[in-house]
Amino acid sequence: MEATDAIHPDQEFLAFLAQGKFMMQRRRSGGEPFFYPRVAEPGTGSTDLEWVEASGLGTVYATTTVRVRPPEADYNVVVVELDEGPRLLSRVDGVAPAAVVIGMRVKAQIVPFEDRHAIVFAPAAANAEEVVQS
Amino acid sequence: MTVDRRKPAAIVGAATFGIGEAPGFTAPDLAARAALAALDEAGLSLSQVDGLFIGLPSDFLSGLSFAEYLGIRPKLTNNNRTGGSAFLTHMNVAAHALAAGEIDIALIAYGSNQRTGAGGLVSAAAPNIYEKPYRIRLPVAAYAMAAGRHMHEFGTTRDHFYAVVKTAREWAMLNPEAYLRKPVSRDEYLGARMVCDPISVLDCCLVTDGAAAIVMVREDWVDNRKAAYLLGFGEATDHYQIAQMPDLTTSAAKYSGQRAFAQAGISPADVDVVELYDAFSINTIMFLEDLGFCKKGEGGDFVASGVTGPGGSLPVNTNGGGLACVHPGMYGLFTVVEAYRQLTGTAYGRQVQGAEIAVAHGNGGFLSSEVTAVLGSAASR
Repeated sequence: MEATDAIHPDQEFLAFLAQGKFMMQRRRSGGEPFFYPRVAEPGTGSTDLEWVEASGLGTVYATTTVRVRPPEADYNVVVVELDEGPRLLSRVDGVAPAAVVIGMRVKAQIVPFEDRHAIVFAPAAANAEEVVQS
Repeated sequence: MTVDRRKPAAIVGAATFGIGEAPGFTAPDLAARAALAALDEAGLSLSQVDGLFIGLPSDFLSGLSFAEYLGIRPKLTNNNRTGGSAFLTHMNVAAHALAAGEIDIALIAYGSNQRTGAGGLVSAAAPNIYEKPYRIRLPVAAYAMAAGRHMHEFGTTRDHFYAVVKTAREWAMLNPEAYLRKPVSRDEYLGARMVCDPISVLDCCLVTDGAAAIVMVREDWVDNRKAAYLLGFGEATDHYQIAQMPDLTTSAAKYSGQRAFAQAGISPADVDVVELYDAFSINTIMFLEDLGFCKKGEGGDFVASGVTGPGGSLPVNTNGGGLACVHPGMYGLFTVVEAYRQLTGTAYGRQVQGAEIAVAHGNGGFLSSEVTAVLGSAASR
């Protein structure tokens, strides 16, 4: 493989995030999108990959409230299942940790994290009551 | 009972040391004391050990450092690390090396001074850029999400988790070696401090010191030693990070169990006693389901019915488990020690009468590595 063709997964992913784009990879010949980014498609090892933009829409698949000692506030950690299929670890902002429930529809947001960016989620509907059974 | 494994391997000595608090000892000190006790029980000497298997908590080269510590020059060392299940994977490699005649005496050991030395649970898990921003508290948060998902899909309740914790305490009260030998009331359980919902501090394994070791030989070395035979073994992994787990309510124990039972030529109904890695109360429920002792989704009711407790038809975690006996960072090898004791009639006040077939099940990472060993007494063969 030519070095210039090589995929540098984390670097490229973070560069997209800096441009405000949440990107996933898939095999060019009709593969399903996958996440987290890699040099090859998991399971097949195919390196003929392309980046595709995620819709950013997903559903909370699993959630927990991490309890901490005051004055720090308890916080939420979730596994989100994106509409395209892949799952990722994240958090849901804008609602109390205990209000995050399995099946909640969420939408991705890109936020600064340390010297880079990260993906978090917010309730998808203006009305956060909209909950879809997963 | 027929045994398919050629030249089967047998455990002929098993020991623990320093369970609870063992101040002043390092991890290798503790592992060495357990190793020497296991060899003593087997009537074998340290100088006879030619296969060494170990994985100490914070020493990635412990296959070398522990050989040096013991002053032995093994023909084979193995330091495989799959989390707390590692020591069961060591048993399989040892069995193959024994069967091939490459080694004669395998020593598998583990020790940690996590309670008095390190000052808290040590995680070997490295954070990556896809986890770090979210401050996931590992391992607890990963298991909490599995527990929450199990509640969502199957109606499992905190009363089911309480049944697991209560049963573990009941067994621990029969084991003089166990660290937490007192009952727990429902009120105490429900009032316990939450760590990561729905997991409270009482759903979490202990943080203790402790060490375990076993000695394995080929059957031609068994002679009149008290032996537990490795009848079947299965290993499976389907993810590492919790976000990549295909189904948070079904672990790869489904496959490790199927492989182990098939190799042993038995079914779950043939098992007399089960020792499984209960890092959290959800583990006991999930693994009983995944290994086929009850249907998926019914693990909570299964445990709450009392069958897994003292006097029940399927005794589970008879030493008190990681929840009530000992949990020095990695618990896997303790499941094997307890299975050996049950199969050799040396479990004293908690002895399961007539136990001939035992399952020892190890778990590693975040429900990531599942390893099942089927062990049999001399009478089972």
